[in-house]
Amino acid sequence: MELFWYIVLVTMLTIYVILDGYDFGAGIIHLFFAKKEKDKKAITNAIGPFWDANEVWLIAVGGVLFFAFPTLYASSFSGFYLPLIIILWLLIFRAIGLELRGQIHNKLWETVWDKAFGIASLLLALFFGIALGNIVRGVNLGNVVNGVSAYEPHFFFLPLWNSTFSPQAQELGIIDWFTLLLGIIGVVSLSIHGANWIIFKTNSDLNVTLKKVIFKLNFVLLTLVIVSILVWHIIEPKPFHNFIEKPWLWIFPLLTFIGLFGLFRVKTFKKDGYGFLFSSMFLLGGLSTTVASIFPKVLPSTNTVNPSLTLYNTAADNYGLTIGVYWYLIAAALVTVYMIIQYRVFKGKMDDIGYGDH
Amino acid sequence: MEDMLFYDRMQFAFTITFHYLFPQLTMGLSLIIVYFKWKFLRTKIDTYNDASKFWMKIFALNFAMGVVTGIPMEFQFGTNWAKFSELTGGIIGQTLAMEGMFSFFLESSFLGLFLFGEKLLGHKLHFITGFLVFLGSWASGYLIIATHSWMQHPVGYEILENGKFVLNNFSALFSNPWLLPSYLHNQAGSLITASFVVAAIGSFYILNNKHSEFGKLFVKTGVIFGLIASILIVFPTGDLVAKNVAKYQPVTFAAMEGIFETEDGGAEIVLIGQPNTLEKKLDNKIAVPNILSFLTYQKWDAEIKGLNEFDESRYPTNIPGLYYAYHIMVGLGTIFLALLTIAIIQLIRKKLYKTKWILWSLLFMLPFPYIANTTGWYTAELGRQPWLVYNLLRTADGASPTVSAGNTLFTLLGFIGLYLLLGLLFLILAGKIINKGPEIIKH
Ligand code: HDD
Ligand code: HEM
Ligand code: HEM
Repeated sequence: MELFWYIVLVTMLTIYVILDGYDFGAGIIHLFFAKKEKDKKAITNAIGPFWDANEVWLIAVGGVLFFAFPTLYASSFSGFYLPLIIILWLLIFRAIGLELRGQIHNKLWETVWDKAFGIASLLLALFFGIALGNIVRGVNLGNVVNGVSAYEPHFFFLPLWNSTFSPQAQELGIIDWFTLLLGIIGVVSLSIHGANWIIFKTNSDLNVTLKKVIFKLNFVLLTLVIVSILVWHIIEPKPFHNFIEKPWLWIFPLLTFIGLFGLFRVKTFKKDGYGFLFSSMFLLGGLSTTVASIFPKVLPSTNTVNPSLTLYNTAADNYGLTIGVYWYLIAAALVTVYMIIQYRVFKGKMDDIGYGDH
Repeated sequence: MEDMLFYDRMQFAFTITFHYLFPQLTMGLSLIIVYFKWKFLRTKIDTYNDASKFWMKIFALNFAMGVVTGIPMEFQFGTNWAKFSELTGGIIGQTLAMEGMFSFFLESSFLGLFLFGEKLLGHKLHFITGFLVFLGSWASGYLIIATHSWMQHPVGYEILENGKFVLNNFSALFSNPWLLPSYLHNQAGSLITASFVVAAIGSFYILNNKHSEFGKLFVKTGVIFGLIASILIVFPTGDLVAKNVAKYQPVTFAAMEGIFETEDGGAEIVLIGQPNTLEKKLDNKIAVPNILSFLTYQKWDAEIKGLNEFDESRYPTNIPGLYYAYHIMVGLGTIFLALLTIAIIQLIRKKLYKTKWILWSLLFMLPFPYIANTTGWYTAELGRQPWLVYNLLRTADGASPTVSAGNTLFTLLGFIGLYLLLGLLFLILAGKIINKGPEIIKH
């Protein structure tokens, strides 16, 4: 049962990253490349009717985490207190930036909300990458100092950073050079992803530029990914342990690289949707490679006193998990239907949708 | 430690109070919008369609506020109430996860279609998407109140040695006797809010001599829906929730009603008075004898236990706050009922749109349903204190053990600043939409 819910959770998280990821990416593109009003319109039209539903995946991930792995939910949400609340604030800014901009036609007003939307998207991509970095690196569960836990063994608290920014320091911080590296990977990969979505959903003049941008950013991404794989060894001695034991897991890194290399051909794609497909593949592969490498841990412990949190020692009781399967399957089927309806109605290019016009 | 808990509580209270300002309108207004759209399909009179379009603009703005303030709610169980989440997550996580999966997806997927899809879908399908948005928001309210009911009156659980609550009966969560009355009462409350908002804007147009055709439609619709909801909120739903409190939380009931002494021959109902917890009595009281006994047990002389019968350790933490919250809610409910009854009489006599003082009253009533709903929730929440899960888990034992007061105060201040900004923006933009008024769109 635990395994079932673990797979559900990881799948939902991946869907969230792929879907809301293109919203963040579109925001970053909006910040750096949309100069003309027409370009801005194109971008908001491309994500307008979807972002709210995409964000619900985050809420649903939160809900399922709460219900299936209450101890993990409690431990990580209180331990990563500050960044989570900051993420919430950023989500608020991104949403109101998008929704309120078109309500008043005034240059200053529009500039303020454009920037709010763009900067919030950028920081969100960064923070989500950093969050992933924290999970890979692990935390000092129980806040152990000199072999003594300050808290119950599954609780901890991390400040935003420590003075050394080192992932191996005694007192960890949320932002160190390793997690920051993953944060930057988050920003670059989601920018590419968002650009692909804009190309897919619009006929904007921006598309030609965006293809060039994707091509260049892809080199950056490739470099960063290689660096991160190298330094990973310093953080966690055996990142590929699981891959040696279960060779079929190699499919995930493989997907990552197909996605990555596929995108180098971005300028010659026959259909506008291909790019989006490849960047989704990259995100899917990257995320699943990461979680697979620490499996069955879900939050590793950096000390030897308290054990890591795993999907088994954080799960809820069996009765609840079993009964949850019934309603979950029904709900998942319904959600699939909604998504099909939604994407069919808004299929094809969306340049005329008039999002945000009032 | 005390500070930590205090800021956690302030933050939760502040963010949830602010959040609930929006969903109450969402839930009520979605019903009224669907009604307008349905009227249009039946009659083909364009005014109804334009009315529904106008309210959809307000709805979209309000919905966005509800969404952005709702996400912090979902996260805060983990960030600020980690112990509570860890211990009860297997149970309340069920209903909260169901809310996300069943209602938020429904609402948000179809909201996009409802707002932007009229041309693509045609009127019938457009009506259906509206109906689904309505359904989603009411389902969301249902599942939240199911969660809340479990905290007020826990059922279907078992407690392990390590203090964890585990579920042993899923259907008990939904047959909880606390749930249905609370849900219906709450939904009636949100319909009252929406009705008053619609009626107030209508009055504004009539008094302003602008868009008066819409003004009349809004006032009429508002007072009719409002009267129905105001009747339902008192009877049967208000009556039923009060009976639940009397049955399952008798100390809370005594504190809510301001009863210090158990009286022989039946309890009186207090209309006005100030609870004096030092001397354990009610100052400056105006009360009607025996009514409370009758309302609660349908017997004039039924005994109702006063606070003196209980040990002080079981008292709700904030007795005066609880008492006032309850009396403000009930008092406002009575005023709503009276005003709307007069308005309906004038409507039947075809004089409503000319009776200036009623229109002015409807306009000024706008904030009061919000106050009534908020004080209603304070009645429920203060009545539950000092418990998070009634009689089983104390609030003090539910907070996050590792988040210090300094960090919580920082985020609390951040939320206050951010939400003040949100509130201001909401008012400016809603004001702008209202001032522009419903445009008559050529078909
Ligand atoms: C417009 C709003 C409104 C109005 C006019 C009333 N209520 Fe109410 N009341 C609510 C809105 C509300 C609410 C916000 O919806 C609450 C909070 C929790 C809940 O389920 O409903 C509530 C809670 C609530 C509770 C507490 C339940 C608990 O402890 O969980 C009681 C006893 C009553 N109500 C009783 C009444 C009575 C007897 C009314 C007679 C006039 C009344 N309410 C009018
Ligand atoms: C919109 C309606 C609601 C309002 C206005 C409201 C109001 C409040 C207030 C004022 C408090 C602080 C009480 C105190 O500390 O003295 C509180 C606490 C709390 N409420 Fe609610 N509440 C609402 C709905 C809910 C729901 C639906 C849930 C559960 C799903 C919930 C769960 C809690 C929790 C966990 C606390 C924190 C512990 C506590 O201080 O009691 N509330 N709420
Ligand atoms: C602590 C309790 C609460 C939590 C965790 C919570 C959570 C949320 C979340 C995450 C959203 C955004 C949904 C979206 O993205 O579509 C939301 C919106 C909503 N909430 Fe709450 N909420 C709480 C209290 C309440 C209460 C008490 C009610 C009503 C009884 C309510 C009714 C709604 C409704 C109808 C919406 C959708 C409409 C809107 O956004 O205005 N919520 N809530």
